[in-house]
Amino acid sequence: MNIRMAFKVWQRNATVYRKLYRSSIALNFFEPMLYLIALGYGLGGFIKEINGLSYTEFIAPGIIMSSAMYAASYECTYGTYVRMEYQKTFDAILATPIIFNELILGELLWGATKSLIYGSIIIIVISLFGLVKSSFVLFLIPFIFFCGLIFASLSLIATALVPGIDSFNYFYTLILTPLFLFSGIFFPLEEMSEIILSIAKINPLFHLVNIARAFCYGNMERAILTDSFYVLIYLIILLPLPFLLLKRRYLL
Amino acid sequence: MDSVTGENLVKYYKNFKALDSVSFKIREGECFGFLGANGAGKTTLMNMIYGFISPTSGRIQIFDKELNKKNLPEIKRIIGVVPQDNNLDPDLSVIENLLVYARYFDIKKKEALKRAEELLNFVDLYKWKQINIRKLSGGMKRKLTFIRGLINDPEILILDEPTTGLDPRSRRQIWDRIEMLKHLGKTIILTTHYMEEAETLCDRIAIMGKGKILVTDTPKNLSIQFGGNLEKVYLNMTED
Repeated sequence: MNIRMAFKVWQRNATVYRKLYRSSIALNFFEPMLYLIALGYGLGGFIKEINGLSYTEFIAPGIIMSSAMYAASYECTYGTYVRMEYQKTFDAILATPIIFNELILGELLWGATKSLIYGSIIIIVISLFGLVKSSFVLFLIPFIFFCGLIFASLSLIATALVPGIDSFNYFYTLILTPLFLFSGIFFPLEEMSEIILSIAKINPLFHLVNIARAFCYGNMERAILTDSFYVLIYLIILLPLPFLLLKRRYLL
Repeated sequence: MDSVTGENLVKYYKNFKALDSVSFKIREGECFGFLGANGAGKTTLMNMIYGFISPTSGRIQIFDKELNKKNLPEIKRIIGVVPQDNNLDPDLSVIENLLVYARYFDIKKKEALKRAEELLNFVDLYKWKQINIRKLSGGMKRKLTFIRGLINDPEILILDEPTTGLDPRSRRQIWDRIEMLKHLGKTIILTTHYMEEAETLCDRIAIMGKGKILVTDTPKNLSIQFGGNLEKVYLNMTED
């Protein structure tokens, strides 16, 4: 596998995105903003503070990660599926010197790049709201990319397994939405029962949200080493799977 | 020298045998046609030559190299593919489709632009170059797919029903280009349902049925051997 060739697949997706982003980019950060305003300023009015943070401050870092998660997920479910099954872009690319694993690596890296784009936009926006207190936030950027890789992998696994494009509803409703709601973005899971907390620890977004919160407020004494370790484990487990499963689905 | 050799190629899709021990030798600089009814295994065979479908058993040799996982990228560099379906990029313009494709072959932007413009001129698509391909007619898309397969100046050109859906004038343009490539010594492998196309372009023809090659010969010999024109031969051979 040659990463330079995978980059050509990335470039193809970027070329298309450059033409189309104007129609989608506003929506992509409109939704996180809704959460921030409706929950942060709405619900937040009834909540004094959590761990010394106002409610808006508490949820803002998590919104960075959830935006990153959804960006990679949309790209590597619907986006990849359309390229593979409807547009036959995969067929066209595989008639060139690019081989299958390079094609999939290109898709993964592109999914993670989408996370990077949307995660960074959210960082900028919440900074404008005055919600970022530490310049450590810049160290968050690689973690946004890792978040992208994790959810791009999960999404490509879903893409390899779904019988048709409508089945992605199951993936979003049964997997991503619970991961999103029980990630510690909106309420501290540490306060919940032991059982819920130990289930949450399986959630990659939980660890990414912890890391985001630590970097946004320069609160480095938190156990982010443990969280980073979980992120690493997820990457190691998930990254190989899209290659194996998509090959099984796609190649005759 | 032979440019493409297939030896005892077998392909199963689950329990369906799509190719049944197919062997052939295609010479360098030859135009070789595969004819056969729908579902005879032509596309499976075409896709195998550039590694898109792997054979259940048997081997493929491209010039002096046996096709395997390791040399696949290198071999694909010298092959041009015009697939049966126009799998163009619907979000890109005509010229972008060619340039993005050229990038996969490591062709420098300047060179790619030169080749793309020359090819667009050749098939009368130059004035449409900035148009989004969704706005093109079916025939124009077909022509664009055809020239996209030439962007890497391939030694071996695989054409899966290259002129299906084209008007007579466009078909002539494609034929002219194929003749030109033959003069340059390129190997052309094509499938077609048009007997006239096979007779005009092909040096040799293999008639396929139910995953097998039934007969291989020159168009002329086939007519003499089986009596009548090629269409009759084809209809006789592919009868159940």
